[in-house]
Parts: sequence; structure tokens; C-alpha cells
Amino acid sequence: MTELLQYEFMRRALLAAVLVGLVTPVIGTFLVQRRLALLGDGIGHVALTGVALGLLTSTSPVLTAAVVATAGAVLMELVRVRTRASGEVALALLFYGGIAGGVLLINLTPGASNATLTSYLFGSVSTVAEEDLWFVAGLTLGVFAVVALFGRELFVLCQDEEVARAHGLPVRFLSILLSVTAALTVVIAMRIVGVLMVSALLIVPVAAAQQLTRSFRVTMGLAVVIGLASSVGGLTTAFYGDLAPGATIVILALAVFCAAVAASGVLNRLSKRRSAASRGPGDGPLADTMPATTTGGRVEQS
Amino acid sequence: MSDQFRRDAPPPADPPPAAEALLPRHPSAPPAFRIADARVAYDGVPVLDGVSLDLHAGRTTAVLGPNGSGKSTLMRAMLGIVPLVSGEVLLHGTPLRRFRQWRRIGYVPQRLTAGGAVPATVREIVASGQVATRGRLSFFPSRSDRAAVHEALETVGLAGRARDSVRELSGGQQQRVLIARALAGRPDTFVMDEPMAGVDAENQKALAETIARLRGQGATVVLVLHEPGPLEEVIERSVVLDEGRIVHDGPTPPATGACARPGHEHQHPHPDPNDPDPWSASATALIRFEVPGRD
Repeated sequence: MTELLQYEFMRRALLAAVLVGLVTPVIGTFLVQRRLALLGDGIGHVALTGVALGLLTSTSPVLTAAVVATAGAVLMELVRVRTRASGEVALALLFYGGIAGGVLLINLTPGASNATLTSYLFGSVSTVAEEDLWFVAGLTLGVFAVVALFGRELFVLCQDEEVARAHGLPVRFLSILLSVTAALTVVIAMRIVGVLMVSALLIVPVAAAQQLTRSFRVTMGLAVVIGLASSVGGLTTAFYGDLAPGATIVILALAVFCAAVAASGVLNRLSKRRSAASRGPGDGPLADTMPATTTGGRVEQS
Repeated sequence: MSDQFRRDAPPPADPPPAAEALLPRHPSAPPAFRIADARVAYDGVPVLDGVSLDLHAGRTTAVLGPNGSGKSTLMRAMLGIVPLVSGEVLLHGTPLRRFRQWRRIGYVPQRLTAGGAVPATVREIVASGQVATRGRLSFFPSRSDRAAVHEALETVGLAGRARDSVRELSGGQQQRVLIARALAGRPDTFVMDEPMAGVDAENQKALAETIARLRGQGATVVLVLHEPGPLEEVIERSVVLDEGRIVHDGPTPPATGACARPGHEHQHPHPDPNDPDPWSASATALIRFEVPGRD
């Protein structure tokens, strides 16, 4: 570990990994809840155009990516609402537009090569500059502030949009807020794992955590732990094993997911055996069974 | 259980005159819902075709009708969930657009499950019903918030399962979680979409008692139902929709059951007059749809 910390670039990379591991599962939990798990992917594609725009105009790629990804997120939300039926297709168009625009612009940039493109597609944690770090830290704070202030409303929105409306919540505003927060999170994580794998950091820790939990808050907390462990652990492993950091982080998160699925299977079997033992055989219906109905649905009144 | 019911409901020995049920309980208060010539269309197809209706505060009303009659759409339009093509909705005297007292509204949607894609405990779901009442900066629930959640869980008989994941509950129990969520904000106006769907007989009775108790406390209750069933006794007024229009509006006959019952003589045709029992057929379809599943 000490060897790792000798290098300035690794210290910055580790700090970035900590921030990313902390923040991505928080937003990811809301996205999974809202069944928008692929939104992060779409935003990642759009962010690539932003990166290319930054390279072309010699401004900070992270900054331009944040601007373009935010615009893309708002656009996606509007498309999602306006076109109920063809929303999926519209999103797909945006994905491809984003990635094609990015590749096109990067190739137009003097001095930029396929290596530049690759570093954004798959992440290049070793090139995190100090100004990037400040930017990432600021965005992280912003995302946490949004969740602290609007978390309850977002929970209701992601749970059931109709109920959110019946509570008088500003559904349009909250949806855009969530999309924009997700966009900023994607931009934060982009430097570490690249735009093609960024969504994995949002979704995989949540998917792993929810195998083992029964509460929303605990799921979010456990997902943060898993996210932190994967990003820091992955980066360290990549440093010592000379592996691609982004891919190592994602593979580690997926390994945790597999372990969580296995553990939950074992736990379920144990708890079933325990409840069967305490209940005794045939003692009343299980929680999940429906009462038998005689007239094909209408329940007999006693 | 039935003792409890009698204590809360108005005494059966002195039933209100039929027509009184249609009058406001509090003549000075504006109607809880005033719907004026409401029209709703999905992709150009009219679903509500000029519905005008006053639902008085403190009354329990059932909106009945077959599948596709527009009853759920009417309920959604009343809460601003679907936009009106024309017409107007007033909530407690205020046009929907300017209505801000959302804490007065408790909405129970019809859902297969109470949970989402991420696990959530019964308590988390129920507490989320307080989203309109709690301040943005109150990061932790106050004592009265917690008491309201507990009370709501007690009312639906799920206090012992507060820490369980909603996924572990049966379909009927999940339906009760949704009702508890509406109760947790302590509203005075309830809108419930098929609250009995997928609920077994024992729990249906408990729910009827809950609604009777709410009525006893002066709450306005609007129920969207396929058939009055065990709620018959608490319903004061029945509005029957068919093809987006009101075809019957009147007090629920206390002895003979609601007008939506099979065999009841309507002034309007049923969707299929040759079908011996269209209500139970549609109820069957609904309940089969409502069988709880793990996801």
C-alpha cells in the first residue's frame, strides 16, 4: 500500500476512486428503483461528445462533458415523457448520436489520436489532474446535497410516479433533477472507468446489495460500501497486477454481485429451514399464498 | 370484528333517508371534488365524455362500472394524474392547478406490488406517505410522524411487520401497505382504486372497518370499485360509469345491494346483456391478475 501512495498520480487516482465509489451507488439506487438502469449508459454516450468538444476547443473535457451530459439528460427526460411508445427508440438514437459525435469530433481535433479516444472510452485514472479532482469533489458534494434535500421526494417518484403526482410533488422537476444528477455522476465516474463502463458503477453495486437487504436505506448504504470496495480494491489490484483499472473495478463489482447472489441463496434456504422448523409442517398458509377461492375469484364471505 | 364495525358505523337502526346521502354533510364546505364537464382522451380516443359530478366532503362515494368504463380515468383526472382535454376539476373549492393542500389527499393506487425494483421495508413505504406533510429539512421523523406511521400500520393490522420487506408480503398485505401509506399523512380526503383487489375475505372485512372508521371521523372517501362487495355498508352514494358517461347516480340501496349487482335493474344496458354474470366474470379476470408474485 505504501508503494502505491508514493506516486503522486496514484494518490490522486485513489482519491478520485473513493469519491466515485461513494457517489455512484447513491444515484444508482434511485435509477434502479425507477427502472432506468440504462439511463447512465445513455448519458455516458452523450458525455463522450462533450469530452470531444472540450478537446477540440481546448477547454477542460470534464467541464464540457458535464455541460453536454446535463443537456443530454434533460433532453432524454423530455423525450421519455413526450413519446410514451417510442421512448426507447428515441433514447437509442441519442446514444448513437452521442458516441458518433464524440468520435467525429475527437478525430477532428489536432493532436488527438485513437489513444485519446480510448482513454475516455475505457478510463484513464492515471491521468487525473489536480483540477479534475477539485471538480469531481465539488460534483460529489452537489450530488449528496441533492439526495439529502430531495431524497424523500425522489424515493416516492421512483417508487410510483402516479402517487408522486397525487401528493402534489413537482414530478417534471424531480425527474429532471434526477436525470441531471445522474449526468453529473456519470461525468464524475467517467475518468475512472470510461464512458462505456460508467453505468456499471451506478448499477452493479446496487444489484449486488439488493440481494442481501430488505430496506431501501440499507440497500443504498451497502451499495456504497460495495462501490467503495470495488473502486479502491480494483484500482489497487490494477496497479500491482498491471491491469486496466476501469475493467478491473467493474469485474470486481461483478464478482461481488455473484458472491451476493450465492450468499442470498444460502441465507434464504437457511431462513426457510428455520421458519419451517419453528412453524411446524402444515401450520397455516405461508405469507405468499393466496386464500383459495371457490367461485373463480370472488372470495366467499363467511 | 363486527362489533367494532357497529361501534364505528352509523347505527343501523336509524338509517339516513336515501336522498340525504346525496346532500353535503357540511353545507358550508365546498365539495371535496367538483368535476365540471370533464373530458379525457388517450391518443384521441375519448375515455371520459363530459362527466359532471360533485362529491361532497364527509361522504363515502363509490364509482362503479365495468372495465373500460372510465372510472379509473375519472379518478386519475380528479387528482391531476391525467390531464383534461376540457372541463375543470376543483379540489375543496380550488382549481386543481392552484391546489396546494396536497397533504389533505390520500391516494391508494391499484398495484400488483407495493414495492419497487429496490427492496424497501413496510415502514419505509408507509412513511413515504408523509412526503407532502414533512418539511424538506426535517431529516428525521418527529415523534408525531412516527406515531402516525405506527397508527397507520395498526389500522391495517401490519404493525408487527414494519421491518419486513414488502416483497415478503402477500398480495392482500401489500394492498394494505398501500392503504397504510395513504393513512400515514393523516389526510381527510381518500381516493382508493380497487382497494379490495386481491385481498382475502378476512382482510376485506378489516378494510371495510377501516373505511367505516375514516367515515366516522368525517373523512371524504372515494372508492373506485368493480362491485361494492363487503364495502356495501359503508357506501353512501354510488356513481356508475359506462363508456365515459355517468349512467347512474344515487344513494346505494341499503338492503338490495348496489345497482351494479347482477340482476339489478338498470336504466342502461350492460356491455353484454346475455352474459349471465358479467360482474363476476370481470372480477375474476381482475383477481387472477392480482395474484401476488415474487419479483
